[in-house]
Amino acid sequence: MLLRTSWRLVAAAAPAALWPRAKAPTRGLRLRVVDHAPQSAVPSDAATAPEAESVLRPLYMDVQATTPLDPRVLDAMLPYLVNYYGNPHSRTHAYGWESEAAMERARQQVASLIGADPREIIFTSGATESNNIAIKELEAAIQPDTSLVSVMTVNNEIGVKQPIAEIGHICSSRKVYFHTDAAQAVGKIPLDVNDMKIDLMSISGHKIYGPKGVGAIYIRRRPRVRVEALQSGGGQERGMRSGTVPTPLVVGLGAACEVAQQEMEYDHKRISKLAERLTQKIMKSLPDVVMNGDPEHHYPGCINLSFAYVEGESLLMALKDVALSSGSACTSASLEPSYVLRAIGTDEDLAHSSIRFGIGRFTTEEEVDYTVEKCIYHVKRLREMSPLWEMVQDGIDLKSIKWTQH
Amino acid sequence: MAASSRAQVLDLYRAMLRESKHFSAYNYRSYAIRRIRDAFRENKSVKDPVQIQALMNKAKRDLGIIRRQVHIGQMYSTDKLIIENQEKPRT
Repeated sequence: MLLRTSWRLVAAAAPAALWPRAKAPTRGLRLRVVDHAPQSAVPSDAATAPEAESVLRPLYMDVQATTPLDPRVLDAMLPYLVNYYGNPHSRTHAYGWESEAAMERARQQVASLIGADPREIIFTSGATESNNIAIKELEAAIQPDTSLVSVMTVNNEIGVKQPIAEIGHICSSRKVYFHTDAAQAVGKIPLDVNDMKIDLMSISGHKIYGPKGVGAIYIRRRPRVRVEALQSGGGQERGMRSGTVPTPLVVGLGAACEVAQQEMEYDHKRISKLAERLTQKIMKSLPDVVMNGDPEHHYPGCINLSFAYVEGESLLMALKDVALSSGSACTSASLEPSYVLRAIGTDEDLAHSSIRFGIGRFTTEEEVDYTVEKCIYHVKRLREMSPLWEMVQDGIDLKSIKWTQH
Repeated sequence: MAASSRAQVLDLYRAMLRESKHFSAYNYRSYAIRRIRDAFRENKSVKDPVQIQALMNKAKRDLGIIRRQVHIGQMYSTDKLIIENQEKPRT
């Protein structure tokens, strides 16, 4: 008895020594950034500062590409990755029942955000799969005059908001199905599938601070919209999307939707202020900067600016301390300028000079200020090196130049 | 149980802020501190005791979330952001 007590005392007394904190393997991309700490005249002892270089990560200003998980979402998901691992389609035991309950709760959370009925939400692997299901419906249509209108709610490159309610009413009056890819809009601007007469909607988890690999498609029940399943199998999700529903992921999507519903107004107000700050500061300090996209019908968190006489890719490389993008991530491997910019009639040269700044729930004022400062500095520097800029400063109209062939 | 007193609300507010300062990720840390301050400020003049209790219960649940997520963040922490060594550590 005494022996056991003494062991317990020893164990309690020296936890740190016995259990060294297991540090997770760091796989982050390590940037060699020189730390500009003031070098003192007196040489500091070698033990504290062997290297002058410290390793620092860039700021994240690319929320249109993907968003970090909200801590509240991860907290909701973890139990289903640790203990509650049942298959939600298992009907015969508690593991299945608790997993199914979580899945249905998540379904209700997604439905509530867009004003839908939970029976109208089908879980998918993401907005891309949802889009494919919606478009395939067109091919499955029997009547020759059935058609489908598909519009993005908020554009991911320039942030323009489409007049969804107006389009919805037109489609409804003409008996045409209306699909919208709301990946960038869900949880950020108010959406109601009944007010806006939406028949099909694609939802993406990782655009709203939820996990990657999950999404949903909203399919209207009244009047019934028939879709054809992309993948067949065990008949899950009302036969419209076979495959075991990934409970941890859908719980994350549901939690993200619930948090978004609660935080929408607060986030929108703050993001609008930060967006205003970013654009004003840049436009005040630099001439020849164009904001792409209609300024009135615009989601503030997605700012696409073209800096004339500066090549977009070189500006991105220069801003190595800030994670940014020009154009869509989906097509970023090619060097073609954005099809969106081309479509709104942007000049070729301005299309190549565009950068997209993403402001999200977790973006701070300090990050915006730092980004603005670096952007102004590098644009000025790159323009100094540009012969085109020199010609413009001399008053030459670039459009009047006849470029000779060699 | 009687409705939460002003002292209890303040205690919870301080506990939440104190815990949030331990987030190792800059973006989570700054968001949590800012959101907590703004939320308590926004609900400062709520008088209905039922509503106050509901808000307090939600805040207590959120404190639990913060505690767990701070811990997880510390176990999986990575390098600081470029902006962190330039400003004071606790914003």
